[in-house]
Amino acid sequence: MRTRAAVSAALASAGILIAGWQSGIHVADIGSTVASAAGSTGSTGPSGTSGSTGSSGTTGSTGSSGTSGSTGSSGSSSAGGATGASAKAVATYDGSVVQTRFGSVQVQITVQAGKITDVTALRLTDAERKSEQISNRAAPLLRTEVLNAQSADVQTISGATVTSAAYLNSLQAALDAANL
Amino acid sequence: MQPTSELGSSALRARTFGSMGTVVSLTVPAGAVPETAAGADGGLDDAAAAVELVFARMDEAFSLYRPDSEASRLARGELSLREASAGMRDRYADALNWRLTTEGAFSPERPDGVLDLSGIIKGYAIAQAGESLRSRGITEWCLNAGGDVLVMGSPVPGSAMSWTAGVVDPQDRSALLSAFELGGGPGGWETSTRRALATSGSAERGDHIWTAGTGGAEFIQVSVAAADIVTADVLATAIVAGGAAMLDRATDHWDIDVLAVRRNGQLLATPGFRA
Repeated sequence: MRTRAAVSAALASAGILIAGWQSGIHVADIGSTVASAAGSTGSTGPSGTSGSTGSSGTTGSTGSSGTSGSTGSSGSSSAGGATGASAKAVATYDGSVVQTRFGSVQVQITVQAGKITDVTALRLTDAERKSEQISNRAAPLLRTEVLNAQSADVQTISGATVTSAAYLNSLQAALDAANL
Repeated sequence: MQPTSELGSSALRARTFGSMGTVVSLTVPAGAVPETAAGADGGLDDAAAAVELVFARMDEAFSLYRPDSEASRLARGELSLREASAGMRDRYADALNWRLTTEGAFSPERPDGVLDLSGIIKGYAIAQAGESLRSRGITEWCLNAGGDVLVMGSPVPGSAMSWTAGVVDPQDRSALLSAFELGGGPGGWETSTRRALATSGSAERGDHIWTAGTGGAEFIQVSVAAADIVTADVLATAIVAGGAAMLDRATDHWDIDVLAVRRNGQLLATPGFRA
């Protein structure tokens, strides 16, 4: 039962983790990939029955952990050994694919002995959207790195609003005067 | 004196007039506006008059510097919004929408509670003036109202050349900090998503920017390039008021380019401003 409690705790943690990932973002696809089990036996379940010998399911069953509140996690657990009834049982759980500002993200966690030992990204954005989204943020630049121009190269001038009086001495006035 | 310009081979013609406390410039390629009986520049003079009329009408209704304007009567409580003109209510609704989408960084109300639509009226006037030119069949022009710019077509008619706008250096207003190509791109002006450029500053009079807190603005100048002048103008104002957080929100949610100048002169820029 300790194992059961530990796995439940891990699932709850996973749920919180996944819920965290999902906070504020749209869940686009609750389908998830099925991880292959490393072991010949294993089971999966929301209730955390990992390790019960003989339960089938290399494909893993899908279920809701009840804490993520929306998608549930699917996953397969693989028991380390033939029996699997051990506190060392390793289980992996796949989060669902969620849409973020940077593209699609899907996370997999590995739980061992009731603790999350690894978090990996099964799917980390599609590169195109990522670069497009991230790169449009304003970044620090040196003055020599921005598009440069002399006033002779431009047809108009953008600046903070000048008063009519200040206009007299402005670059825009010089351009206008040249074209009057 | 033969009016010439140093802008390469293209000859430009310009007309200016004062409105809304600043100066408005209309620039067109020579020959882009038909001659009239009044002479070679008759068409340009007519076009400039049409633009001036648009600005004058907007200013008459929305200026808080005119005691007799509709905006002043609203501010004094002599008129309620329910009784206001459709144009006033529409602009007020637009301004409230901008306040919502900028999460309060842009606001149509002064700290003292007075409704002040100055922050969007200049942009609307520029856009409307542009429509007025277009409806006259004038399709190559650059409008500049106090440093906010909207373009159509090209400075060299029939070419793919885009208008180039310089951005003033806030630390030396006689120099340019950067430049930006307006109305360019693979498909030219027709498909360009950068037809307008607006710049707001935190140190200028008449910018109607109120920053939260007493620390002063994080940016002394912010330029925003967008498809339309109202978006460019409002977001430039909002970023000056809202600082770096608003800058990121703006680049995440709108298709724009931004060049922001910090108090110490450091620059932040999106790729569109990169050389």
